[in-house]
Amino acid sequence: MKFIKFLLVGVLFGIVMAKSEAFSWYRIQEMFRFQAFHMYGIIGTAVVLGILGVAIIKKFQMRDVEGNPILFHPKEKAVVRYLIGGTLFGLGWALSGACPGPMVVNIGYGYLSLAVVFLFATVGTLFYGLIKDHLPH
Amino acid sequence: MIEFISQPWSWWVSGIVISAIMFLLLFFGKSFGFSSNLRTICAMSGAGSISKFFDFNWKTQVWNLVFLAGAIIGGFITREFLSTGEAVQISEATIRDLQALGFSKPVSVQPDELFSLEAMFTLKGFSILAIGGFLVGLGSRYAGGCTSGHAISGISDLQVPSMIAVVGFFAGGLIMTWFIYPLIF
Repeated sequence: MKFIKFLLVGVLFGIVMAKSEAFSWYRIQEMFRFQAFHMYGIIGTAVVLGILGVAIIKKFQMRDVEGNPILFHPKEKAVVRYLIGGTLFGLGWALSGACPGPMVVNIGYGYLSLAVVFLFATVGTLFYGLIKDHLPH
Repeated sequence: MIEFISQPWSWWVSGIVISAIMFLLLFFGKSFGFSSNLRTICAMSGAGSISKFFDFNWKTQVWNLVFLAGAIIGGFITREFLSTGEAVQISEATIRDLQALGFSKPVSVQPDELFSLEAMFTLKGFSILAIGGFLVGLGSRYAGGCTSGHAISGISDLQVPSMIAVVGFFAGGLIMTWFIYPLIF
């Protein structure tokens, strides 16, 4: 059962998204209206701890459970794809109130309409795969 | 203890747990990026025959689909065992703004106006769900990642592309909230 650990981390992810209300459309609206610190606090705390932790992993050249070095792969240098792709993502994030992770947490929580959102997110990804060679990157 | 867990969690608890999830995945030899699952699902469904983008060995990504399954279970567990069923605790200012757009005061986690089954079976309701999802799926792959891959993993590694992507996330979110919402609600 080499996958069980990923299942458990996924369960933890689902619980934290739900318990911190980060999977709620209302919270995303509040964030984009700059009316509460909540979402900024969540992302900010995760990022500050993330920066510290990644720096420690690199400094001490730490290894994963299988003994392989933990490597970070630099993302492709570009501007257009991140800016346009990011903006399209943001439009959808604010409209549906969920990024891909929280979509499925909502489904588990009982909001079955988020299955429609997730299905169309898959369609959107499929569409990208079909037209990517014609898009500026 | 259960009573403590049943309250909504503070932002700092959530931030700590999210970074812990990223580090657990790194120590398991993987990286935290949720939207990759969408590409994997396309590949599993045979999209490799219509686009090279989906022609890869998706079996190496099964761990992430297991993570996705866990996230669904986590949502279910929260609903059944860890929730007080209260409305989300958003600010009064947000409640007022949303009321002006026609959304009633929150009584649960999500507004019925958008996510109830009744809304889903209207043309407008379905279109909002479909277009929102489509843009998230298209945009995340175009940008090479979503909130987990860029805003959390990428910025933790101080990657400039991820910072540009997050600027895009906010540009899109602000345009939708401030300029498009008043047109559609």
